Amino acid sequence: MGWIDRISPQTLRILALLAVLALTVLFFASQIENYFNARLFNRVSSSVAIMALIACAQTLVILTRNIDLSIGSVVGFTAFATGSLVTNNPEINPLLLAAYAMVVGAGFGVVNGLLVAYARVPSIIVTLATMAIFRSLLVEYSDAKSITSDALPKWLVDFPNVPLFTIAGVELRAAFVTSLIIVLAVHIALSRLRPARKLFAVGSNPEAAEMAGINQKAVIFAAFVAAGALAGLGGFMFLARFGNITVVAGLGFELKSVAAAVVGGVAINGGSGSVIGALIGAILVDMIDTSLVRWELVSEFWREAVLGLLILTAVAVDAILMRRLIALRVRREKARKEAAK
Amino acid sequence: MNALKAGLVKLQSWEGFLLVVLIFIILMNASLTDNFLSVGNQMNLFMLSIEKIIVALVMTFVIINAEIDLSVGSMMGLSACAFGWMFQQGVDPVLAIGICLLIGLVGGFINGWFVARVGLPSLVVTLATLIGYRGLARVLVEDRGIGDFPQWFNDLGQKGLIGPVPFGLIAFVILFIGLYVVLQRSGFGRKTYVIGTNREVADFAGIDTGRVKIVIFVMSGLVSAFAGLLFAARVGAVRGDVANGFELDIITMVLLGGVSIFGGTGTLVGTLLAILIVLNLRNGMALLNITGHIQTGVVGLLLIASVLVPRIKLPTVKAKEVT
Repeated sequence: MGWIDRISPQTLRILALLAVLALTVLFFASQIENYFNARLFNRVSSSVAIMALIACAQTLVILTRNIDLSIGSVVGFTAFATGSLVTNNPEINPLLLAAYAMVVGAGFGVVNGLLVAYARVPSIIVTLATMAIFRSLLVEYSDAKSITSDALPKWLVDFPNVPLFTIAGVELRAAFVTSLIIVLAVHIALSRLRPARKLFAVGSNPEAAEMAGINQKAVIFAAFVAAGALAGLGGFMFLARFGNITVVAGLGFELKSVAAAVVGGVAINGGSGSVIGALIGAILVDMIDTSLVRWELVSEFWREAVLGLLILTAVAVDAILMRRLIALRVRREKARKEAAK
Repeated sequence: MNALKAGLVKLQSWEGFLLVVLIFIILMNASLTDNFLSVGNQMNLFMLSIEKIIVALVMTFVIINAEIDLSVGSMMGLSACAFGWMFQQGVDPVLAIGICLLIGLVGGFINGWFVARVGLPSLVVTLATLIGYRGLARVLVEDRGIGDFPQWFNDLGQKGLIGPVPFGLIAFVILFIGLYVVLQRSGFGRKTYVIGTNREVADFAGIDTGRVKIVIFVMSGLVSAFAGLLFAARVGAVRGDVANGFELDIITMVLLGGVSIFGGTGTLVGTLLAILIVLNLRNGMALLNITGHIQTGVVGLLLIASVLVPRIKLPTVKAKEVT
């Protein structure tokens, strides 16, 4: 058996993504003077710190054949709620504050999860509605005020920028490392822990999962709650990075998170994908975003157009290659059986 | 008594339920404010969202076909911005309108081709073109605003064409009648439903499902481009963020109208009633000084309720019919 029969499609996807990422960096390095340096890493890493968590949250939900469009509103609300808590109690313990953000986020996840899993309303309808509802709760809660960074404690404002350690100018900043650890933890859970594997089972074949004794409703509910908690933490990161929070915080994150997950090879019909893929997807999207601004040949207004093209190409190439790969394997399998006869 | 019973059964249909909700909202609004039922206010209520409700009609086709088109808002923006840019470059406005409609056609074809021929999920394809088409719009106008269109163009969006009835409203009515005939009375409409119910069965029945899907996406792109032009005319200026986020409002209207997100069921009459409900509800709230985000939240609540309420109600009715 050659390597082609052994390598899993998931691994192949991640390798392909890394190759695309490397090509992107090489391309821009040839175009932009002084491109490939530590500052690039630092810049990309601090914005990925937020998006990685949100893409990871979205991935959990997409794995179960659902979608969460309310994620942007959850990020906005938790950023505001956390900000107002810390403004009023500046002495609060940092861990307690992060936990508060997660609990608020998980609360929204409970609402989504109940409606999707137990009331059996399609997730796209539920989260389309809760996207608007959570946002209007934020408008009510904020009372037309906004959070300002000068009211926040110093440790919180420093959190995204403080380097934990520095290697040759490459700073591993606290917020980025935290996000990375969380994504890795979720990845290990998804690939090693039995309860987390149920997400894949439900996503790839709900009927079979049900017959295998998996409580489908509980799994979907848990996915939404976990996604809410992760989005809540994303809101905490958002607050730390931007400091100034208004009612439009996190607007549009729902689609960005889906884009990052899809570029990262998470199948929109559920059952396949990994949070590592989503993380690389988030990095790739952000890398292109940041680099196009600095590319003198085209105006920065090309950013979105290129991004749309990238997503479409990534998904189309992925679909075609996967089909080819499966067909190739089937052929080789047949050939082997013939030879055995 | 029997007639009453028959009438009640008819009201159990989704459209009947929507009609009751609509009458309730109109009565509420009329009792809360004086000039609610005036021709001016009713016309205004339509015109403020005319672009969205026009696209909602064709979105009904897309969703009945078991697909989704998230790129409509961006296509509206692209068409409006392309018009603005061409006008600025000195292109004849009539020619520019034609080119914008062509852009809509091509944009819709790209969506449909990737969905039908490459076999990608429409959610992903149109998410990518949502970002991409919006990007092209921004490339064209960058961060400027373009205005000073010819008077006749602005008049089309702002003034009455036949008496007080503006062009947009006439276009909406004509489009509704045309699409109603196509969806509810033609073979193409039947195919749309069959494919939405079960694509494999439709394939085996000899329907070219891919072609139907492409035609529907082309329709969606074309109508969105038209709506974008209407927006440019009504507002009299374009910017890169024209119609940003409209897709969600449009989809909400269609789903509220009883079109199943899984395809195969729903009618254009349902969509029309949902449009009227959303418009009247928003107008009523605006008259009570309730702001935009909260309005959208209330529409969101209505959307969830619209899926939950029939579940609670229908089983008891069926039980009664059996006994």
